[in-house]
Amino acid sequence: MKLSEYWHCFLGIQTREWLRFWQQRTRFASALVRPLLWLVVFAAGFRAVLGISIIPPYDTYITYETYIAPGLCGMIILFNSMQGALSMVYDRELGSMRVLLMSPLPRPFLLVTKLLAMGVVSVGQVYVFLLLALLVDVEPPLWGYVAVLPALVLTSLMLGALGLLIATWIKQLENFAGVMNFVIFPMFFMSSALYPLWRMQEASPWLYWVCQFNPFTHAVEAIRFALYLQWNGQAFGITAAVTVVLALLATAGFQPQRTRILGTRTG
Amino acid sequence: MKHLIKTAALFSLISLSLPVTASLAYVSNEKDNTISVIDTDAMTVVDTIPVGARPRGILLSHDGTRLFICASDDDTVQVMDLATRKIVDTLPSGEDPEQFALAPDDRHLYISNENDAIVTVVDVKTKQVLSQIDVGLEPEGMAVSPDGKWAVNTSETSSMLHWIDTETFTIKKNIVVGQRPRHVEFSRDSKIAWASTEVGGTVHVIDVDNLKQIRELTFDVPGVNPDRVQPVGIELTSDGRYAFIALGPSNHVAVVDAKTYEVLDYLLVGSRVWQLDLGKNEKYLYTTNGVSGDVSVIDVGRLKVIKSIKVGRYPWGVVVDPAS
Repeated sequence: MKLSEYWHCFLGIQTREWLRFWQQRTRFASALVRPLLWLVVFAAGFRAVLGISIIPPYDTYITYETYIAPGLCGMIILFNSMQGALSMVYDRELGSMRVLLMSPLPRPFLLVTKLLAMGVVSVGQVYVFLLLALLVDVEPPLWGYVAVLPALVLTSLMLGALGLLIATWIKQLENFAGVMNFVIFPMFFMSSALYPLWRMQEASPWLYWVCQFNPFTHAVEAIRFALYLQWNGQAFGITAAVTVVLALLATAGFQPQRTRILGTRTG
Repeated sequence: MKHLIKTAALFSLISLSLPVTASLAYVSNEKDNTISVIDTDAMTVVDTIPVGARPRGILLSHDGTRLFICASDDDTVQVMDLATRKIVDTLPSGEDPEQFALAPDDRHLYISNENDAIVTVVDVKTKQVLSQIDVGLEPEGMAVSPDGKWAVNTSETSSMLHWIDTETFTIKKNIVVGQRPRHVEFSRDSKIAWASTEVGGTVHVIDVDNLKQIRELTFDVPGVNPDRVQPVGIELTSDGRYAFIALGPSNHVAVVDAKTYEVLDYLLVGSRVWQLDLGKNEKYLYTTNGVSGDVSVIDVGRLKVIKSIKVGRYPWGVVVDPAS
């Protein structure tokens, strides 16, 4: 297999993802409403809460808006990845994914490329969110917007791989509510997205440990540190390692025609 | 190679013997009985010097060579030589000195003595008490106008500004302001004085020529209970553009347009922000945050808090040496 064929395939999948994004412009906008509501409404009530201690990577006291912005970046990617994974279930049986998987290129390559394409769209949304966050004085250093890119891509790969893995277990398309309740919400709430971990530790030690074992915590911290031009090797390393493990599991387990579509078993 | 090592050794010797050119800020730590020295370029504490008991008000001589420290619980004013960082002198201060002000000639020091309801005037050179002036109850804030004509004292319980003629050491006028006036700051041209009231939550702007109030400012920090808005320290930029007001336990510094008296912004700093200093070049504003035990640095050009530096317990006053 020639390199150019891989490239051709890569471009094809990317283009298709952007086309899909363009066709679903309203979904893009509505996906931004959720984190913005958190930022503007939820955070407003806690404005002064965090002006108590300084934690890395921050150099001084910060507003709650500033604290949760990296977590909300993670939230955008989390929702997108789960939605993307669900759409892959659908695509796997009826849509273009089925055509894609007929490609002679290795399946792991196809899947990772697909995850990357989804990630690029998510990252675009995160940047729009960060620009809007400027309006509520969330102002990371200018170079932070560049430095955060690898962390965002890595996070989207990790959560995309997780979504893919979940998609291999999902038997029905209507299960997004279940994914929300059992994956998205616990991952988001039991992480450092909303509160710093020292606060969790004060509230309950077991919750603190749950947060520590939640890979989403480390993804959020990787984003947070990068956005403020600091390197957090631990967060980045854990996120990368989890990404590799999940991607291996997901690509190994991704088999077409195992899903019950439209009420009849097709496999 | 040998030659290289020799040259390197020589260079390191030269660099060691060079005078320290870093600009420094000095912070009095009320509970630790120390002065923290901050390198304002590196924004780190480079030295901690033990001083008398409960250091609060601090000020620099106008020539920038000496630091005056109110050692409140030692009932004295200490004088530190900044070149050696040693206490070289103590001055009589009356009981429990908290705030003081030095006349532009570096000679007359005005000290408020809270318990005795007096202002003590000390000649720094002869170490003689020149006068003790009766003022209102619990005198607190102290300021001398840059032209040296006026000394102003605030009395907390009487809620007054006492205007003392520096020629005769007598009170010429009392102006009633909000509850618990804390601090007075003059504009560089000595024409305007700003006075903060801690419990009243107000800042009063006084026209010095006719000693009349021209404006009363109030503050409304978003998301903060009005009870916690307690104005204390004031700093004015020399170009007359901004006034910065430390708002105590609201943990914010108000940025006020010094021409229109409009509040432009509230900047989040540490807990119970107390006193402020701009330094000579007015690039950064330094704030002491008593409860959180740190000093926040505000970039004056961008009006952003850029760093908070841990110092001792209960930092009270801050001054930046004129070199910076």
